[in-house]
Amino acid sequence: MKTALKSAFFCLAASALMGTTAMAQQRTLTYYADFDPAPLAAFEAAIAEFEAANPDIDVELQNFDHEGYKTAIRNFLTADAPDLANWYAGNRMAPFVNSGQFQDVSDVWDENNLHETLASAAASMTIDGKQWGVPYTYYQWGIYYNKTAYEQAGVEVPETWEEFIANCEKFKAAGIDCVTTGTKALWPAAGIFDYLDLRTNGYDFHMDLTAGKVAWTDDRIKATFAEWAKLVEPGYITANHAALDWQDAASLLIQGKAANYVMGNFAVAVFKDGGMTDDTLGFMPFPTINPDVPRAEEAPTDTIHIPAGAKNVDDAKKFLAFIATADVQTKLNEALGQLPINSGSKVGDDPFLQAGFELLSTTPGGIAQFFDRDAPAEMAKMGMEGFQQFMVQPDQLDNILARLEKARERIYK
Amino acid sequence: MVTAAPPMDPTPASQRSWWRRNQQRVTPWLFLAPGMLMFLVYVIWPIFQSFWLSFYDWDGLGEKVWLGWANYAELFDDDAFYTSLWNNVLWLVLYLLAVPAGLGIAIFLNQTVFGIRLYKSLFFFPFVISQVVVGLMFSWFYAPNFGLFYKLIEWLTGTGVAVLADPDLVTYGIIAAGLWPQIAYCMILYLTGLNNVSPDQVEAARLDGARGLRMLWFVILPQLRPATFIAVVVTVIGALRSFDLVSIMTDGGPFGSSRVLSFYMYEQALSEYGYRMGYGAAIAVILFLIMMVFISGFIWKMVRDEQEGY
Repeated sequence: MKTALKSAFFCLAASALMGTTAMAQQRTLTYYADFDPAPLAAFEAAIAEFEAANPDIDVELQNFDHEGYKTAIRNFLTADAPDLANWYAGNRMAPFVNSGQFQDVSDVWDENNLHETLASAAASMTIDGKQWGVPYTYYQWGIYYNKTAYEQAGVEVPETWEEFIANCEKFKAAGIDCVTTGTKALWPAAGIFDYLDLRTNGYDFHMDLTAGKVAWTDDRIKATFAEWAKLVEPGYITANHAALDWQDAASLLIQGKAANYVMGNFAVAVFKDGGMTDDTLGFMPFPTINPDVPRAEEAPTDTIHIPAGAKNVDDAKKFLAFIATADVQTKLNEALGQLPINSGSKVGDDPFLQAGFELLSTTPGGIAQFFDRDAPAEMAKMGMEGFQQFMVQPDQLDNILARLEKARERIYK
Repeated sequence: MVTAAPPMDPTPASQRSWWRRNQQRVTPWLFLAPGMLMFLVYVIWPIFQSFWLSFYDWDGLGEKVWLGWANYAELFDDDAFYTSLWNNVLWLVLYLLAVPAGLGIAIFLNQTVFGIRLYKSLFFFPFVISQVVVGLMFSWFYAPNFGLFYKLIEWLTGTGVAVLADPDLVTYGIIAAGLWPQIAYCMILYLTGLNNVSPDQVEAARLDGARGLRMLWFVILPQLRPATFIAVVVTVIGALRSFDLVSIMTDGGPFGSSRVLSFYMYEQALSEYGYRMGYGAAIAVILFLIMMVFISGFIWKMVRDEQEGY
């Protein structure tokens, strides 16, 4: 009798259990991403948290190789779209927005008050007055410098461009490259150009330029290159930069053979791996060139989007809202070593992150994404090649600008 | 068949099945069919597709827009195209150095001394390793500040030369890297050719007083004609499709000065900043036409040789 009762009870329990699984209807949410190992771990933790809060949703993360992803996304968006996909803000998402591959997620922004909490990145997520994704991280650009090299040359950290150039002369005398860069992959050159243009002509002009509204042969562009020539012509930039990767140039800074490096904050990890510490590595905002121009900065933003072909849009929007929260962004960016976008998030203790947060949250002029994200891909490629050429053959400036202008007329029809 | 077949088919020819009658003629085509189908679908069809695509403006995602000849008009007004074309010519001319160099090494190695097999395989070694590895090795060889070549030049002249950063030298630097495995390839072709050189003729020529260069030019080389032909063909085609080394060593840089047509095509059509499918296809068509000149030349020569009974 007892055993019979027991078995009956088990049967009941088992059927109840089966009932709940059948009723819960696990919904899957596919997510394609391109994380490096550290961010991947951080995202997996965030996803686990999301799944705990929404037990009926199962997030399937498929991680791609970083470079391969840029090609793969074009295929999977049209062929077999996931529910969520990583990409970048600014003009970099424009082709997908314009061809209808990304969904409008303005309702996520409206319902979760993101216009306020993610205000610093709102402009770069907006096309045609609508928002097309949710940003989760960004990082500052600026000048990283070797404090030992500064001591060796006996110069002070500059505030203005004139001081910076004056320092360069002393660095050269001491046998140190004033500015180092490695332009084999082209993009480091764009960092220098962006800052020179932002400081000479300001954010609005720079945005007009990358949007194709200004001719490359404009005198204001020539003024930007004239400032650049102050570095190029006396040979203050590392020679042979065209054959160097950005990490090669980083090791020149680590060894004290170079003093300054216009770079993004991700380079700090490389500098520290090379043996630099908070005592030898310094960070400064790019110096002022034209004092009448409000200070603008560069901060590329990484984002998550819902492809037009997504099958589970409701849960995808839930996930976007989750990723946008202050707490999640704090944790994610602690692991990423970058800055959260949500204004309610906390920033890590790292002095470079603190400096970046300070820099970006007080920027009066505006935040640019980076030349290859603000300008359309083709223009970006042509432009960066031109910047590299200018640093090797400054006398070719007129040819370079004429070539870029020809490309502009074709690309922005 | 269970019962023994009659020695000859008694049914008249007209009554035999179609298959029986045409077996001999049809079978080769049946065997060829899978290969021909593959060739049609994956080679011939894409060629026509490229031609067709080269008249459109297409980013690979959106609508195709008919442009007519505009892609070609732009191409012929594009400095980068001429740079690539010129580099292709350089590749073609300098890459052919692999043929005499390979011949030289083959003749040098064609002797019987202790351990010659080892030496031969050591010389052949660069052809075995992947082009990517060759590219990486040479980029370190040329690397500014720590590369062997850079250091050597620095030691000789006082200032190092960063070959891959110099727009005037970069293509030569890459071709030198490409020659290394290509010479090994030509060498192996000539080594097998040298095995077939008839010793009687060499002997006879020697009796007639031929030696040195005259022996090489009038006796050995004519017998190596098949090897020379293959060596030239693979070298010319290798030069025209050079891509791996450019991509690995410089990515077309500095500022596009080491691009070749195949790399420029890839950059425009498929790279991160490209996706101009139509323009890329137009470059592909030009490259195809250039290759066709050589390929039809080679085929013409092969056909002629066959007719003459070589």
